[in-house]
Amino acid sequence: MNAYLTAAMFTITGFAFIASTLLISRILRPSAPNPDKLETYECGPLPVGDAWRQFNLHYYLFALVFVVFDVEAAFLYPWAVAFKLEGPYAVAEMLIFVALLLAGWAYAWKRGALEWE
Amino acid sequence: MSLPPLRRPAPTRTGFECDPAFVAGQFAAGVAVLVAAIAVASALPRLPWGLVDPLLVLIGSHPVINALIKALTVTVFVTVHVIFLIWLERKFAGWMQARLGPMHVGWKGALQTIADAVKLLMKEDIIPTRADRILFIAAPFLTFMPTLLTFMVLPFSEKWVAYDFPLGILFVLAVTTNISLGTLAAGWGANNKYSLLGGARACAQVLSYEIPMAVAMLSVVTLEGTMSLTEIVKHQQHGWNIIAHAPVMIPAFLIFMVCGLAELNRTPFDLPEAESELVSGFHTEYSGMRFAFFYLGEFAANFFTAGLAVTLFFGGWLGPWLPAPIWFGIKTIAVVTLFMWIKWTVPRLRVDQMMGFCWKFLVPASVVVFCATAVWVMVAGS
Repeated sequence: MNAYLTAAMFTITGFAFIASTLLISRILRPSAPNPDKLETYECGPLPVGDAWRQFNLHYYLFALVFVVFDVEAAFLYPWAVAFKLEGPYAVAEMLIFVALLLAGWAYAWKRGALEWE
Repeated sequence: MSLPPLRRPAPTRTGFECDPAFVAGQFAAGVAVLVAAIAVASALPRLPWGLVDPLLVLIGSHPVINALIKALTVTVFVTVHVIFLIWLERKFAGWMQARLGPMHVGWKGALQTIADAVKLLMKEDIIPTRADRILFIAAPFLTFMPTLLTFMVLPFSEKWVAYDFPLGILFVLAVTTNISLGTLAAGWGANNKYSLLGGARACAQVLSYEIPMAVAMLSVVTLEGTMSLTEIVKHQQHGWNIIAHAPVMIPAFLIFMVCGLAELNRTPFDLPEAESELVSGFHTEYSGMRFAFFYLGEFAANFFTAGLAVTLFFGGWLGPWLPAPIWFGIKTIAVVTLFMWIKWTVPRLRVDQMMGFCWKFLVPASVVVFCATAVWVMVAGS
């Protein structure tokens, strides 16, 4: 309960800190907008079209492999705290689990999921 | 007939000199602030605390107020130390490149960051009309709030920790991932092609390098059998992890450091903001205070990652003679300086090199280190 409370307080304080600073800034700063100033800066010249268009980001295969490995880490954290109670048997089990995972990783590499075109 | 001299004599004033009286004034102001701070700090213990103590205890024991005081303290600390870190980084960069760095405001430019903060506070705020307004405004919040939240579990000493969470490391992993959400929101919301590429790169990079980082931290958890950061430090009473368990902990530390650099978007992994290819990456469109919060979050994360490395591998607050928080501070600043050293030494990687290095080398290497740690613990235990 206390953990939630502290975390909530940190989040609220962080939010209030940014909001209040932006409010102070709003009082202090000048405001003289004009259409040219409010144009997207990009790299100086007038931007051509929107940035929100479809293009191939190349990252989705990494995202799939990421999910697999992140779940692995989530499984292994409780194991790491408790495995001393179980002894060598638990270590052997973990090694089999990791070996299966690495086999999947090697397969993904062989299929070209980790290559950049 | 005399010709005019080929080379004109150097002008006595270029306009770039600083007015000595102005510098003296700035310097005096800096000294006055410092003296006032020291005077206040030394007077604090002598104040009649006995009179107000019962009241303070009564107020402080209320859980909500207690948590609020902790949160406010950490927020103030984060802001103040970032001001110091930015000055340190600029001086360090100057030193590495044989120049002086900030010199004019305060002692050796010590107040430069404060002047910059005031300047940013008074800068006009620009939200491009074509941007996604909600995401654009939300992005600084989404980057800074998780960074602040991570400080909740960072132990400065046995007592100086906002909340001694038994699942500290898991909490850190869960919270730090959210920072990339803010980066992605900034990249997408700005409606700027370079920002979008920068945001996508940042997301891919932070997610990819989180795997080896999580597994390197998993090695420490395997070694210590606990996820609480204070417990991990207490277990290092008789020798820091990196010395007592050197064969497995040195590789784990190296992997942790490389991943830390990538998570912080620092060179050689500064692809998300690569100024020579992406203008300034995900925060190109930001100005004034909104930009300042990205910067603040970045440096706070810098301190946090260094502090985490110190906690996991270098015995946290442990050390002789000096008080515990000072030891923690010294070690953390040392690791931060190491980050700066690397930043100003190495060039940037290419995107394919960056992704390839993570997935083809760091991921299997971290898994091997983790398995070796498990075997090491079994051998040492029997």
